[in-house]
Amino acid sequence: MTSDALHGPLLDIRGLSLSFGGLRVLDELDFAVGEREIVSVIGPNGAGKTTLFNVITGVYPPEAGDVLFDGASIVGLDPHKIARRGIARTFQTLRLFLNMTVKENVMAAAYGHTRAGIVRSVLRTPGMRREEREIGQLAEDRLAFFGDRLVGYRWGQPAYSLSYANRRRLEIARATAANPRLLLLDEPAAGMNPVETNEITELISRLREEGGFTILVIEHDMHVVEGISDRVVALDHGVKIAEGTYERVATDPRVVEAYLGTSAIEDT
Amino acid sequence: MSTGPQSPEPPRIGVDEWVASSEERRARSVADRLQERLERTPAAAKLVALALPFAIFPLLVDSDYLKQVGIDTLIFVLLALGLNVAVGWVGLLDLGFVAFFGLGAYLYASVASEYAGRHWEAQFAVPAIAIAVAAAGFLVGLPSRRLVGDYLAIVTLFFLQIWLVVLINASFTRGPNGISDIYPLKLFGREIVSLNGYYYVTFAAFVVIVSFLYLLGRSRTGRAWRAVREDELAAELMTMPVNRLKLMAFAVGAGIAGVAGALFAPAQGAVFPASFDIVLLITVYAMVVLGGAGSLFGVTVGAVLINASLEALRDPDDASWLFYGVVVLALILLMRPRWLPVAVLGATAVFGVVVHEVAEQVRPSLVSGTTFGTASVDRLVDSWVLVPEGAVGPDGLPAGALARLAYIGLIAAILALTLIRSPLWRAIALVPVLYLTFCVWENILLAQPAVARFVLIGAMLVALMAVRPQGLFGKQRVEVV
Repeated sequence: MTSDALHGPLLDIRGLSLSFGGLRVLDELDFAVGEREIVSVIGPNGAGKTTLFNVITGVYPPEAGDVLFDGASIVGLDPHKIARRGIARTFQTLRLFLNMTVKENVMAAAYGHTRAGIVRSVLRTPGMRREEREIGQLAEDRLAFFGDRLVGYRWGQPAYSLSYANRRRLEIARATAANPRLLLLDEPAAGMNPVETNEITELISRLREEGGFTILVIEHDMHVVEGISDRVVALDHGVKIAEGTYERVATDPRVVEAYLGTSAIEDT
Repeated sequence: MSTGPQSPEPPRIGVDEWVASSEERRARSVADRLQERLERTPAAAKLVALALPFAIFPLLVDSDYLKQVGIDTLIFVLLALGLNVAVGWVGLLDLGFVAFFGLGAYLYASVASEYAGRHWEAQFAVPAIAIAVAAAGFLVGLPSRRLVGDYLAIVTLFFLQIWLVVLINASFTRGPNGISDIYPLKLFGREIVSLNGYYYVTFAAFVVIVSFLYLLGRSRTGRAWRAVREDELAAELMTMPVNRLKLMAFAVGAGIAGVAGALFAPAQGAVFPASFDIVLLITVYAMVVLGGAGSLFGVTVGAVLINASLEALRDPDDASWLFYGVVVLALILLMRPRWLPVAVLGATAVFGVVVHEVAEQVRPSLVSGTTFGTASVDRLVDSWVLVPEGAVGPDGLPAGALARLAYIGLIAAILALTLIRSPLWRAIALVPVLYLTFCVWENILLAQPAVARFVLIGAMLVALMAVRPQGLFGKQRVEVV
């Protein structure tokens, strides 16, 4: 990542801490994600991975520490403003606009980079119509990214009629329609069968190659993590316990301990 | 992208063709098919279909009373359309809505009445009031914008109560007496005095507002509103400023209510605090719910149906027809298989004949009275339901103690009916309950149509919600899958 040297990392997390009641969920967390890098966050359940996403996107304010995006702090901004700066995410528990159509779901996410207000919408000015056409085209392009799975007759279907795997795809398509620079994917392969998991692995790489996105991904499936990651960050109880290449992190004794318990190491 | 995904290979397991086609496999009702047809109709045709009946209504009737009802109905339609923005599109339970209607009416009174000593022309007054009331909606929204669900409902209801207290107690509103010397609408120097004139001005407002809402609903803002309704957090994280969108919805809805108020005040010639109370709020909610929250066509139809029913129920003869019609219709819609309602009605008829006959033999005074009803349907059932002697008191109100007991008995019987689980026994138990219902109608409710009409509208809503929870033209929504 040569651009890092010139501009610094795209996302820089510094000393991030957060507690829920007495429970320390994030503890002095530091790491960075460079432009067009794919970084995986792993860790056992309750390690603070989704909370980390929630703090980055502004859902929870951190108690201490800073989140720098493209060199500027985004702590304290409203979530929609953070999203407009270029961070879009998907959700572990799917949160689609279920009663809107597939295409509308994607079009809605273009709100941040479009402009037509009430007056222009009602007068149907040429600018507003052009914008609507562009959003429609954008949505179709984003959906076409998934091959034939979300195109054609699917555009007009309500999102609730989609299968689980297609809902995960639609969430990714919706996130990319916000035109982000950084994509946060929260367990994109959860609940998918092996074929679909392979497809997702390939897709995440394509998102970087063709979409130009920088990607931070939470994933439990180690095959996916191995397949996509430039770097891996391992969390346990809100603390970063390992960072580096997949091989280094996967064999790190502290990571093995976090996943399997201490006795697993003693037994070997 | 028009090639589509139809590939020659057979459907694969785990691919969601099954889910996709489950919609089509589901049996579709008449209303569903009507709604689908509606969705395919081009916008201009829809507007014409919606507006044409309103446009020709005054040409078809020549009674002043019906024209007045037409104006009221159009004002109710405007209110239902305004409420639909917050409730149907954004999913905000706004219980303060009618306060904005009242504000619009009082603002008109303060720019065009003898009391105010001014007479603004309507082409300035109405838009100015719309903007002022929209601003008020924005202000009320400010403290409420972070609240959701029940909390928002309570806070907005509180605003409505404050508004009513101010109206009743403040001196500039003349308290409960209201402002009764409001000037008529003056458009470009011409005063509107005829009912037709008022009707068409209100109609014009309806066409403008329904077009405005249609275009707004199909824009970036409308999409964002629906996204907020579906999932606030996801909308916020997908770049939509949720709080600002909610405030916009409050303001747009309030502005429309303001226009309705500004047209209502001169049409009535007077404004009173009592016109903007909770009964009105519930009526407008009933319109939105009955027609289908979220659908412009639906809430318009809902407003017309409810206002027309409420008017029809003022007259005991029409009320009787409507009552028996609704009972029969509800049975047909609610009961399966199809022959069951016919069997139940037949059994009820036989049951009634037997009860009537026995009562006549045992105690003739139980059937020798006369009912309040004068419609042919009442005369028909007169010889069939029990009407005790002396049912009508000297003041023209129900007098018999038996009738009151029957009323209480009916409520108990309906509650008991809901406890029966077996469909067969429920159908059998329904027979005497229906008979009791008819007795209560003829002996008590018919005497006071003003009260009975709300009971009946409530019953209609309950029956409809049981069959079609999304309202007549609403879309069935899925909350969690």
